Amino acid sequence: MQQSLLADMDRTSHDPALCRKLLDHLSALLQGRSLRFMEVCGTHTVSIFQSGLRSLLPANITHLSGPGCPVCVTHEEELATLMVLAEIPDLVLATFGDLLRVPGPSGKTLKHFRASGSDIRIVYSPLDALNLARSMPTREVVFAGIGFETTAPAVAAAILTARKEHIKNFSVLSFHKLVMPALESLIAENANIDAFLLPGHVATITGLSPFLPLAFKYGKPAAIGGFEPTDILMALIKIAEMPDKPDIRNAYPRAVAADGNPTARKIMADVFEICDAKWRGLGPIPDSGLKIKWDQYDALRKFSPRVPPAPAPAGCKCGEILKGLLQPPQCPLFGRACSPQSPIGPCMVSTEGSCAAWYKYGELPS
Amino acid sequence: MNETVLLDAGSGGRASQRLIKDIFHRHFHNDLLDSMDDAALLAPPPGKLAMSTDSHTVTPLFFAGGSIGTLAINGTVNDVSMLAAAPLWLTCAFIIEEGLPLETLNAVAADMALAAAEAKVKIVSGDTKVVPKGACDKLFVNTAGIGQVLVSDPPGGAKIKNGDAILVSGSMGDHGMAILAAREDLSFLSDAHSDCAPLSALVFNLVTQVSPIHALRDPTRGGLATTLNELAEQSNVCMEIYEDKIPVTPSVLEGCSFLGLDPLYLANEGKCICILPNALAEQALQAMRNSPHGENAAIIGHVTERKPGTVILHTRMGGQRYLGMLEGALLPRIC
Repeated sequence: MQQSLLADMDRTSHDPALCRKLLDHLSALLQGRSLRFMEVCGTHTVSIFQSGLRSLLPANITHLSGPGCPVCVTHEEELATLMVLAEIPDLVLATFGDLLRVPGPSGKTLKHFRASGSDIRIVYSPLDALNLARSMPTREVVFAGIGFETTAPAVAAAILTARKEHIKNFSVLSFHKLVMPALESLIAENANIDAFLLPGHVATITGLSPFLPLAFKYGKPAAIGGFEPTDILMALIKIAEMPDKPDIRNAYPRAVAADGNPTARKIMADVFEICDAKWRGLGPIPDSGLKIKWDQYDALRKFSPRVPPAPAPAGCKCGEILKGLLQPPQCPLFGRACSPQSPIGPCMVSTEGSCAAWYKYGELPS
Repeated sequence: MNETVLLDAGSGGRASQRLIKDIFHRHFHNDLLDSMDDAALLAPPPGKLAMSTDSHTVTPLFFAGGSIGTLAINGTVNDVSMLAAAPLWLTCAFIIEEGLPLETLNAVAADMALAAAEAKVKIVSGDTKVVPKGACDKLFVNTAGIGQVLVSDPPGGAKIKNGDAILVSGSMGDHGMAILAAREDLSFLSDAHSDCAPLSALVFNLVTQVSPIHALRDPTRGGLATTLNELAEQSNVCMEIYEDKIPVTPSVLEGCSFLGLDPLYLANEGKCICILPNALAEQALQAMRNSPHGENAAIIGHVTERKPGTVILHTRMGGQRYLGMLEGALLPRIC
């Protein structure tokens, strides 16, 4: 088998001896103190479970999974809107793959809509959706824009390109969300979080500054972390190093510059304005969403979909779980009425959700 | 050859005859098929027979490392082989969408003939139907196969015992990644090649050199993870496997890393899982490694009593977690 740089990096970042050293160092730094940390990125959630890191963390460290999975925090009303648009004849709905299996308020998923004739295409980038619009000039193409600061700049770039090329049959449902307002909202409801493992992908765009209030206003130390087990351990070590003087540290400097990516932020600012947004499980959060500046590219204003009321499912504790107030198995529905085969709440829907990760990887017998 | 298959070709008349003669008979002919009777006359060998059938549909029809033709032959050859049987005869049935270029059909039949020759199996009977445009997606192929069981106590999913060793015949996830790369036109995954291959020679060597083998299974759809879970449930045992022992090629690893997929859930079309008493593990490993399509075989774990009905993965970093079944279809993630 041929050699590969990525395969080499991958080996190092999972190296058992290195991971053991980092774990021992982390334990020594904590010296019996407990640490309840929350990550707010679906990729962190999956990596911590999938790599087996969770099974190796010392007993005094508690891992909480916050609102970091874009599919999980897409509000019921937003899903209902997607489904209303999917039923418009001749309209093409372009979406990232993992939105396809999320049930809307009616219990149906976009897969059901596709099976009954809606034209729903999986794309890998908003530019793919723009290409669809170019190739089908007589049909309206709507891109389902969900995700955080990581995905928003690429969507903004697609809209700018459409504007420049006068492509009129392309628009976006902008359900993008901003991470920091959600963190502030959940700190207000849960004082029992000691520290945050911050999302490396988001920070490549935002840089460190939006997160500073975590340390200096709320007294919570935080570190930006990459996604391999050694990256996550390095970030936890940074957190453990500052018990008395909370600060924001960058433990992912190979990808994250202190100032993030100003070009990407400029494109975002050109296309979007900040607006209030509804988060599934968390409810409305002021100034936590992004709205497109121009009517023509905003599918909400272009098609004015009439969306029926979309209540949250009864009995579901996903809100408490996203806020770190409960762990998934403490929800009465977990593993009984709610499982990945028939998910009820948002955290069980996406493979990056904390309930789905608990269900799938679980707690092992000794 | 710019012609296409017309509905007439499914009518049973002269047009059908031409299709059969010019394409199928030309590629598949052998002493049993040449009789051109309604059924093949077979002389069964002594002992037990294994029989299996599989219908094949794949988009695109041709991909790096194979085609619907190679899949149709190898799929059934491998299913029959998993009962420790030597495949002897296959039937094949084509459902063709009207308008399919004859050249495409010819290329598929040529692939099937080559695959059948490698697997030393004869195509002894066939059928063709042409359906109106839109009634099927280009071409569906069904094959059924019969093989001679080579051992007195053939392997089975319910025969696995505590303490057994778990082996795979090579790298995992190649077929799934190749199909994904071709279907989605992912040019950066150009190294991804399907592993589509017949396992009949490998299985012959294995079952004639090592005994007893408790279970043999090919981890096709759902990949290694799903197949091991099925076996763990069938035998009510716990499978503990080691991530760093499971062969995965760099191109599959890179593709999975980019798309957020796990190679252990990607389909294989030329690999098998072999489970047998631990004392025989090294012998089985050598038998596989000395066989075609088995060079990268590996011992990946053991059967225990820890939590019956589950699969536990010992991760590369030294942690542990459950390895569950595939839930729904694999979909690339957002970021």
